[in-house]
Amino acid sequence: MTTVDEASTTVGRRGFDARRVAIRHGWTIGVYVLLVLLVIGYAWALAPVAFTSFDLGSIVIGALPLVFAAMAQSVIVISGGIDLSLGVMVAVINVIAASLMEHQSFATSLLIAFGLMVVGVVIGAINGGLVVLTGVPDIVVTLAMSFVWGGVALVIMRTPGGGAPNAFQSLGTGTFISAWIPSGAVIIALVLAAAWLPLRWRRPGFAIFAIGSNRDRAYLSGVNVAQTRVMAYAIGGFFAAMGGLAATATTGIGTPYAGNFITLNSVAAVVLGGVSLAGGKGGVVGPVAAALCLTLVPSIMVFQGIDPNYGQVIQGALIVVVVMIGGLLLLRERS
Amino acid sequence: MSAATTTTPEELEPRPNRARAASLWILDRPLIMLGVILVLLLIACQIASPGYMSAERIGTILQFSAPLAFLAAGQTLVMLTAGIDLSVAATATAAAYIMAGQASRGTATALGIAILVGLIVGLINGVGIGVFRVNPLIMTLGMASIVSGYLTVSAQSFVTGVPLVPDFVRELAVGNLIGAAIPKSLLLWAPVAALILLGLRYSGYGRTLYAVGDNPVACRLAGVRVWQVLLVTYILCSVLAAIGGVLYVGVVNAADLQLVSPYLLPSVAAVVIGGTSIFGGIGGYSGTILGAIILVVLDSLLTLLNASQAFKQILYGFIILALAWLYATSTKRV
Repeated sequence: MTTVDEASTTVGRRGFDARRVAIRHGWTIGVYVLLVLLVIGYAWALAPVAFTSFDLGSIVIGALPLVFAAMAQSVIVISGGIDLSLGVMVAVINVIAASLMEHQSFATSLLIAFGLMVVGVVIGAINGGLVVLTGVPDIVVTLAMSFVWGGVALVIMRTPGGGAPNAFQSLGTGTFISAWIPSGAVIIALVLAAAWLPLRWRRPGFAIFAIGSNRDRAYLSGVNVAQTRVMAYAIGGFFAAMGGLAATATTGIGTPYAGNFITLNSVAAVVLGGVSLAGGKGGVVGPVAAALCLTLVPSIMVFQGIDPNYGQVIQGALIVVVVMIGGLLLLRERS
Repeated sequence: MSAATTTTPEELEPRPNRARAASLWILDRPLIMLGVILVLLLIACQIASPGYMSAERIGTILQFSAPLAFLAAGQTLVMLTAGIDLSVAATATAAAYIMAGQASRGTATALGIAILVGLIVGLINGVGIGVFRVNPLIMTLGMASIVSGYLTVSAQSFVTGVPLVPDFVRELAVGNLIGAAIPKSLLLWAPVAALILLGLRYSGYGRTLYAVGDNPVACRLAGVRVWQVLLVTYILCSVLAAIGGVLYVGVVNAADLQLVSPYLLPSVAAVVIGGTSIFGGIGGYSGTILGAIILVVLDSLLTLLNASQAFKQILYGFIILALAWLYATSTKRV
């Protein structure tokens, strides 16, 4: 790892290099530009009514569970895997939280929330452990586990219900300091800063990127591949738990069925966010914006008086076209 | 993180040669293993509910297996090329819904339109994946949301006259021959299955399919037009899915916008249980047929046991995982 540290310090000395930033982060910047355009489109769609801090808040509230699911999926995809049970994991945490937190004090619900983050890590580690242990492709294991976790969610709660204290809900739906800063956005930033960034630029993060890029070479370079794969799924489990808690906080109830929608959209957000499905490339910051974009499209449709189901059509087309463009860019780069 | 200890050492102590040869022989023939599992499941059903096994029961099992087997047939072809089609359920639903909506134009026209839906979706998938090299997972995922979104938006415009399931389709899906043991859907399923089985084994297209799944680069260098193979495969997959949707709407006898969506994951599961590798190049349709029947019997066993929906799902997941694990370990050893 010392060579990497040296390399990064020499890069630091070179100062700001616009071209390098554009090449390395062009895709992420593009997604954020798209997000800004969509927010402007959202404001424009509201037209006679002014765009207020409330609208900004509702955008974040609507997207919060998907944002965390997208973060989870990106860590797993970067490590070379994919988790098709992610949405169901979000639902599991969501229903546990809603059934435990009902009629509890704020302090107790926070304790429950911390406990559920651990549960999320354990669930993720089980998925990752099974992938490593069985040697079955990730997509098949997590597909099978999506049935299992979906069943678990139904065992805990058969029909939507439960609840959460108001103070806990305001963690997801309130604002922070200024009315223009939704607390959901603050939590996203905090989770990124506290849970992902410390790992990203240290041994675990490098190991995750390394096994995603080339598993054999990573192994030959001394990376414990099996352990790192399980770790990637466990980190994903943590983010999925955050997604489940966010769903509890933003909706105030637990819903055992919400799973598959989130799974598929998390994959879409990851791809739109610039993570390569082959692994080893991308980041977590891009998919966050992509998840926001994906939830903005249908809401803009609603305000335009267009059938929101066209939003689904446009979401699908957006994903396909973006990946096509990405593929063409990659081809041009190579030639 | 106990799972860190992954490199489980291969069994070092040599077993008696004959036993090892026998186990290899069985592992080499997944159909035998699947057959044994199916028989065990049927015996379990018989124990859970004496009098379960009857000619009618076999007919019912086949009748419910047929739509799933059609969806899984397309999925098998696609998975042999190392792809996956997550739009089969959306395509099947669209085909079934539009067919029911257009039933007043005459059965033949309605069926033709259903097949056309499959052709169009498959063509777009195939062009995206074959020509533009979009990852199959992404392409079909996007296509699924385009198809089901568009179907929901224009649901009304697809309906002319009274929506109904044509008698012909209904009869084909649930009708019986010879004392209720043989469903009429077998008249459609058996020839198609034979065509797929023989086609995969003997036709040039079939062999190319395996080759492309095994090593697309080598295929390209050997002069195979890989994009054409992929295009044809995704079109076939969507058309088979459309037929599956038509059969399913015949079984259910009412079309809605979420008709086939619960069958998406089972269509993948049937293929995986049937021993087709998700990495392509290994497997075939015979395993998938047994896989589809096993899933249907398993479902009926869990219903017999009065299992809750939740417990059913959990067991379903573990069984898929266990079978996939069995294949993974057996292919490693062979």
